[in-house]
Amino acid sequence: MKTTTQETLVEKGMARRSFLKFAGAGAVAAGVLATAASCQKHGGVVSDPQVVDLGTGDVAVLNFAYALEQLEAAFYTQVIATPYANMTTEEKTLLTEIRDHEIIHREFFKTALAGNAIPALTPNFTSITFSDKASVLGTAKAFEDLGVAAYNGAGYLIQTTAYLELAGKIVSVEARHAALIRNLLGQNLADDTILDPSNGLEKHKTPAEVLAIANKYVSGKPLAAPALGA
Amino acid sequence: MDLLNLINDIQVADPEFADRISPRRAAIKNITSFGSKVAVAALPFAFSTLFKKAYGQTATPSVNDVLNFALTAELTEASFYNTAVSRGIIPSTDSAAIGLIQKDENNHVNFIRGILAGNESNANKARSTAPIVACNFNTWFDFSGGAKGTVPGAGPFADVFNSYPIFLAVAQAFEDTGVRAYKGQAGFLKGNKTVLTAALDIHSVEARHASYLRRLRLLRAPSTVPADFRSWVTGDMTTASGITVSTAATAATNPIYFGEANVTQGGVNIGGIVSTKAATEAFDEPLTSDYVVTNILSNFLKTS
Repeated sequence: MKTTTQETLVEKGMARRSFLKFAGAGAVAAGVLATAASCQKHGGVVSDPQVVDLGTGDVAVLNFAYALEQLEAAFYTQVIATPYANMTTEEKTLLTEIRDHEIIHREFFKTALAGNAIPALTPNFTSITFSDKASVLGTAKAFEDLGVAAYNGAGYLIQTTAYLELAGKIVSVEARHAALIRNLLGQNLADDTILDPSNGLEKHKTPAEVLAIANKYVSGKPLAAPALGA
Repeated sequence: MDLLNLINDIQVADPEFADRISPRRAAIKNITSFGSKVAVAALPFAFSTLFKKAYGQTATPSVNDVLNFALTAELTEASFYNTAVSRGIIPSTDSAAIGLIQKDENNHVNFIRGILAGNESNANKARSTAPIVACNFNTWFDFSGGAKGTVPGAGPFADVFNSYPIFLAVAQAFEDTGVRAYKGQAGFLKGNKTVLTAALDIHSVEARHASYLRRLRLLRAPSTVPADFRSWVTGDMTTASGITVSTAATAATNPIYFGEANVTQGGVNIGGIVSTKAATEAFDEPLTSDYVVTNILSNFLKTS
């Protein structure tokens, strides 16, 4: 069997439409996804123009992740642009690397979603004091914990195996970030607020719970995902 | 041979074939999940799996298979930490963290047992998590990593319960393995709200463990890791493991980090967005259960 055909498809960085096709969407599903994006319709109902609607099906879950990665990338970009007082060289190196991971996550989702992606969000970071280490690291911890809870809580909604696996590849990196932030804060790797002491499981959140928190950091139209119960 | 045309041709001959490969599209999934070198090697195997599925044999594990595999890993970790803590090698600075990790693994064992109930495998039922009083091995585990050898406890990590740096290295190895093992099973639990969510909730805790332990290696045993060793997984092999204490130790743990240098995600090359290093770190890679058992756990699980 000639394997170079498949090897070439993977190595050439497939075009976005091919990505969706190979990820299991298939010709029919790709048509549905395109329709959902262009008309902002789901179930025949036009979505609320006062919100940023994440869409339906797997597109909604991917946009959900894309929104969070946008906020995290913007947050860490600001952290490095305006470092808190007495940030050590090591802290700056580590926070820069976290920033870079989030930028990669953001750009990956933007490419994968293509025409179905929500717009670039304008963050609202007025509640954060970027000059203060406690405020910055406390916010970083909250963002990372939120990201993990979000991916864990939305995983079962994903219908395409390839997307589930990609989400799985990212969530563990966010959990690594979360633990490192706690190291920098001199804290344990988890506490009862995010880890259930009775069974050792991370406490996940529903999309509705996540968006309620995320929207505090979004300027302009809030995020909404009626298709995900949010 | 063009794979897609072949599938079309088979569809004409067997109209149910497409239903069997869709929605998972197992062969395609395997191509997009890994770098191209692994995809090429995996392709013939994945394709033959489709035929096995179509004509009677089961290639996909059941939920109970997944849970028993997870339970084996958790039993190994629980026994490992129970032993280490009982031996008093954890410094007081780290007793809260290691104690939490120990508690989590024992909780995971109990939680998974609760879901499996009567479907727990006999092998798992037999494995004790009681602390090993002396030595580094017992009837079920060899934490020196010498389970495949002829002399028990003589593996590359013989000092695992005497040396805190060696303990931390083995702990990191177990946690990074656990992350990749759970990740490799997620696809088989697709859409299963209860079990998939529980697996994801455990998977992220293992990642927190792994991250925290990597940081501890840097802080407590700096001479054993590179100066730029990270809580995330950089590149592959020893760049990823930071385990170079001996040739045998490296050989035992390199398989845990195979494929982690991958920079192709969903068919998209992400190496140019920021840097190759950042790209290898931004995504953790899965491992199949067969790979984990054959190349990693078998060094620590006794077969008798």
